[in-house]
Amino acid sequence: MAERATAPKRGRSRASASDPTAAVKNSAPDLADFSKDEEFEAYRMMLLIRRFEEKAGQLYGMGMIGGFCHLYIGQEAVVVGMQMCLREGEDQVITGYRDHGHMLACGMDPKGVMAELTGRRGGYSKGKGGSMHMFSREKQFFGGHGIVGAQVPLGTGLAFANRYRGNDNVSVAYFGDGAANQGQVYESFNMAELWKLPVIYVIENNKYAMGTSVNRASAQTDFSKRGLSFAIPGEQVDGMDVRAVKAASERAVTWCREGKGPYILEMQTYRYRGHSMSDPAKYRSKDEVQKMRTDHDPIEQVRLRLIESGWATEDDLKAIDKDVRAIVAEASDFATVDPEPDASELWTDILK
Amino acid sequence: MPTEILMPALSPTMEEGKLSKWVKQVGDKVSSGDVIAEIETDKATMEVEAVDEGTIGKILVEEGTEGVKVNTPIAVLLAEGEDESAIGSAKAEPAPAPAAAPEPASAPAPAAAEAPAAKVPAQPKSEPAEVPEVPAGTDFVPTTVREALRDAMAEEMRRDGDVFVMGEEVAEYQGAYKITQGLLQEFGDRRVIDTPITEHGFAGLGVGAAFAGLRPIVEFMTFNFAMQAIDHIINSAAKTLYMSGGQLGCPIVFRGPNGAAARVGAQHSHDYAAWYSQVPGLKVVMPYSAADAKGLLKAAIRDPNPVVFLENEILYGQTFDVPRLDDFVLPIGKARIHRKGKDVTIVSFGIGMTYAIKAANELAGMGIDAEIIDLRTIRPMDVPAIITSVKKTGRCVTVEEGFPQSGVGAEIVAQIMQHAFDYLDAPVLRITGKDVPMPYAANLEKLALPNVAEVIEAVKAVTYRT
Ligand SMILES: Cc1ncc(C[n+]2csc(CCOP(=O)(O)OP(=O)(O)O)c2C)c(N)n1
Ligand SMILES: [Mg+2]
Repeated sequence: MAERATAPKRGRSRASASDPTAAVKNSAPDLADFSKDEEFEAYRMMLLIRRFEEKAGQLYGMGMIGGFCHLYIGQEAVVVGMQMCLREGEDQVITGYRDHGHMLACGMDPKGVMAELTGRRGGYSKGKGGSMHMFSREKQFFGGHGIVGAQVPLGTGLAFANRYRGNDNVSVAYFGDGAANQGQVYESFNMAELWKLPVIYVIENNKYAMGTSVNRASAQTDFSKRGLSFAIPGEQVDGMDVRAVKAASERAVTWCREGKGPYILEMQTYRYRGHSMSDPAKYRSKDEVQKMRTDHDPIEQVRLRLIESGWATEDDLKAIDKDVRAIVAEASDFATVDPEPDASELWTDILK
Repeated sequence: MPTEILMPALSPTMEEGKLSKWVKQVGDKVSSGDVIAEIETDKATMEVEAVDEGTIGKILVEEGTEGVKVNTPIAVLLAEGEDESAIGSAKAEPAPAPAAAPEPASAPAPAAAEAPAAKVPAQPKSEPAEVPEVPAGTDFVPTTVREALRDAMAEEMRRDGDVFVMGEEVAEYQGAYKITQGLLQEFGDRRVIDTPITEHGFAGLGVGAAFAGLRPIVEFMTFNFAMQAIDHIINSAAKTLYMSGGQLGCPIVFRGPNGAAARVGAQHSHDYAAWYSQVPGLKVVMPYSAADAKGLLKAAIRDPNPVVFLENEILYGQTFDVPRLDDFVLPIGKARIHRKGKDVTIVSFGIGMTYAIKAANELAGMGIDAEIIDLRTIRPMDVPAIITSVKKTGRCVTVEEGFPQSGVGAEIVAQIMQHAFDYLDAPVLRITGKDVPMPYAANLEKLALPNVAEVIEAVKAVTYRT
């Protein structure tokens, strides 16, 4: 059972059927060597996501946000590291309902995202989508889907469109460890490899699907191997270390851009909060959560490196924090004063 | 400035809770994410986490207090360098929701909610475009429904490089029912794509390609198998335009044979017209004649919305006159008067038309002059065409192969009740498939389907003839 440990493993293990990954020729280190700029970029974006999500939690607590609200706190390194290798506005991104971090990483406006959470007319979907359903054509962000696993064939279809048009754009489909057990995921794997579609399947293994731990739901808990029978290469990645994510993302993006077909990245990560706002998270121990926070926090890791390398002082980082808080405060102010959609919007956007 | 910590709402329905325990005490330093208190809701015990950094300056609600309303200040947090003297100036962060003083019996309402019961605005009416007349002097070519469908796809694929067709056996095999005959030869395997047997997967893939701006035609070998894909048809294709506030359309056609073929048993004989017709965001087309099949499939492929296009295996081989025109496109949403009459209105669509037409011919011999309306499109339904006719005849019978409960006929009856009640001289009757899974035995299958005699009986009943 040692293999089923819940702590993320460093590095990667490549899956092989007839060893499809033997073809992955590169000597990229497991950890990307970040420049100073990259460290700052990663730090800032992860911090923006964290502060945004904390604010969303707070607005939920005040009754400003309704319904389901799934926070991304703890998983920030995954989207930020992936996005560092993507071409904004060209490569497509699609995910499930835990989507706030993905949208911010794609460059969507925090005001528009927050206003959608509060159901206001300035939200990305004019308030008609909510936390789980937002889109941006401009940023090539395709949602925001509430049916567990649905984004996987949809994202495969985005990749199909790239291949049909003969461009070298890549589609990234994010889904959870729970979603990884949906049948449509394997239907997608099959077609993607069969037709060599440029899609990266990012399995965000945060160890739980609502209250069900990976061990209780999955016969094969090494998700990087889930594409084995289709000969899709896979890697297990330390999803708490943005450098490891970026290194893996680089390999996957290169693979897809070269027309070699799909690629699977299992991101070993962790969500600090409950599944959604109303989840007291009684299925795991406080120690487990605390240990992840103190030993593996993605933002703290970058912070320490910035300080140790001498690239930043505590004051520099405080200034960034202040900036980020200002952006989030602006978003939250907008989202609380922006009016609700006009009643006539009830009947619009049903058909084109 | 000190910050007030407010009693949070921790579920969509929470209005108040018990502050069961303070984990942090006055003087304790907290940073973002630290658990500061525990509260009990009706469902569970939940932890309250700090959002800001600081020191607990004052506790305003003692532990053990029950019925603490959401948004009540429960403690004051001091920022670095502040002391208790600052407490009086505490400010809730962010500003408390303007209208959110929670009223006992209401779920947390968004701050900007207007007057309590906002009136539902009237649904805007959309008038379908007028049917283009086939110009006088146009030649008509006898064509099977099968050929008409193939021609429609081929013409649209020639016209627009973004149109492609995918499904099981559509390419090399030339279509399980030969609807895609010749397309692979003309357009190649980039645009005519054999899929694995993976309905859920390829329907979703098609929707994703449509999100990206392509115009997929997804063929289901039969609509019975689209049950495996219905989640993508409804949740992904039909709802995304609305959920995206109009940003992301889904120009896709889902087509294939629907309803009973012959002797294929319950799992292969389901008519889904009523199912899909219930879904806002979808258009549902169900043609009877070859001309309508061609003109409407071309319209469906050009339509920027998801269209469910329901064909029928038994009709595939039937021949009709199709106008010889370069570009024959019909408007979706417009019914066709198949036969003019004055005594009774028979409303049908798809294969149901075969019963309606035979019945009308026999009824003519009995001196009953029936008007037949072929709906052609189930959604949006051309209700005005039905109402106009019923106002004239005062009587109506609907004919479909689908099940009776919540069927298309049931919808038509409701529309007539609402819009033409005073014009009715008899209750509207429905002829439908029987309320049983389709049996295999030849005699039972025949009984399960509608038949001409039933239509005649119903018409006689509503016209009070014996
Ligand atoms: C088809 C479907 N089944 C069930 C649900 C309810 N549900 C929402 S999220 C979820 C857990 C999914 O967990 P995972 O895929 O690991 O993603 P995570 O929430 O951890 O990000 C469930 C069961 C759903 N939305 N869709
Ligand atoms: Mg999970």
